[in-house]
Amino acid sequence: MDKQVATYETKKGLAQMLKGGVIMDVVTPEHARIAEDAGAVAVMALERVPADIRAEGGVARMSDPELILKIMDTVSIPVMAKVRIGHFVEAQILGAIGVDYIDESEVLTPADEEHHINKHEFKVPFVCGCRNLGEALRRIGEGAAMIRTKGEAGTGDVVEAVRHARAVLGEIRRLQNLPEEELMTYAKEIGAPYNLVKETRELGHLPVVNFAAGGIATPADAALMMQLGMDGVFVGSGIFKSGDPAKRGAAIVKAVTHYNDPGILAEVSRNLGEAMVGRQITSIPKEELIANRGW
Amino acid sequence: MKIGVLALQGDFAEHIAILRSLGVETKEIRTAEQLNEIDGLIIPGGESTTIGKLANDFGLIQPLKDFGKKKPIWGTCAGAILLSKDAHNDQPLLSLMDIHITRNAFGRQVESFEIDLDIPSLKKIDPSNKPYHAIFIRAPLIESVQSDAHPIAKLPDGRIVAAQQRNLLATSFHPELTPDDRFHRYFLSLGQPT
Repeated sequence: MDKQVATYETKKGLAQMLKGGVIMDVVTPEHARIAEDAGAVAVMALERVPADIRAEGGVARMSDPELILKIMDTVSIPVMAKVRIGHFVEAQILGAIGVDYIDESEVLTPADEEHHINKHEFKVPFVCGCRNLGEALRRIGEGAAMIRTKGEAGTGDVVEAVRHARAVLGEIRRLQNLPEEELMTYAKEIGAPYNLVKETRELGHLPVVNFAAGGIATPADAALMMQLGMDGVFVGSGIFKSGDPAKRGAAIVKAVTHYNDPGILAEVSRNLGEAMVGRQITSIPKEELIANRGW
Repeated sequence: MKIGVLALQGDFAEHIAILRSLGVETKEIRTAEQLNEIDGLIIPGGESTTIGKLANDFGLIQPLKDFGKKKPIWGTCAGAILLSKDAHNDQPLLSLMDIHITRNAFGRQVESFEIDLDIPSLKKIDPSNKPYHAIFIRAPLIESVQSDAHPIAKLPDGRIVAAQQRNLLATSFHPELTPDDRFHRYFLSLGQPT
């Protein structure tokens, strides 16, 4: 076979290289440097972390390419950036500057209320959020090469990330117990492509890497998501909205590696300074919940 | 024979799955003590800066260096970077192999690629010597080999993408991402007395 560039295998493969790692939201090149030094496997470059987007309101869009390029020049690890759901021109722009991964993200204000981006058309791989198995497989059907739970971004409350992780992983466990003849009806019920339902049942996990995101703020939160069976974690506001980002970032990285060792988790959880100020999910009006964006 | 896979970060589960399919006993390695239980080690793909930092923070650098002087180690992608003595970046390295590495040598993710390679060394494993399908992801390049390190795979343009030095093996690409297990069998053969 002659050389083939930017194949689906290489897109999925990059996410496999990120497993067991922490992807950190950063808003400046200085943050990006701190994140890389703390052991991040990748950074998400954006203008405002989700907690600030929540607080300030207004329309949240793709970040200035100049900022993303500066961050790409600063670090040697992969750089991701967000586009609005359905905004394929923002994705074309990020493709043109050569980011390593695009997050079609509910954290930004959706640009299309009916359709997500056709991600097969892009050389850059995509990660998308999900709340359940059907949503994960729809996004993979559209070409996503990596999945993350939505959780509830910018809250520091891990409860939604846990809910979505348990939903996806629990549905896969139940799917594995279904007889073959029930798969088509199941695919119809959850609104997912039949071939991906079948593949997931055979694999016993999603066909792509599956990270946790949305509300992770402490080493214990990160280890909880790993023990539940996730492949790695995104930490958005939890690091740079805390008292000591360098120390907390490094502690969360260690917690993801040693997620099954309570002794090390206790050690790395000590003296981290102030955690981000959280916002309980139950205190947020339903129409302000970010996870309900996308379908 | 028991083979460990360094499990600080990266695609260690993929390596373990292939080793198990070959009937090999495996162990995830996260601490220095665990190195005493194994006869060979694979350092997987991942982010070399992250793996190096964690190895440093948990006191694994010197034990890994000592291990590599006695027993086989194979590094894939990030693992190859860690085995090298120079990667043009300020990051912890094991410096076990006399090779120089350029990280992200082909560019960013959109330049990641798949290609068939001719790897004569694999003839020992499978005489048919069919082309080896290799996956390169933000891959490093082995820019030079010194001492008794020697290239074992090259791109059609002659650039080095795999090297061996005694029982140490470095590949820029990811044999753990393909169903072809010849490279894993080749690594296992390094641990056998000749």
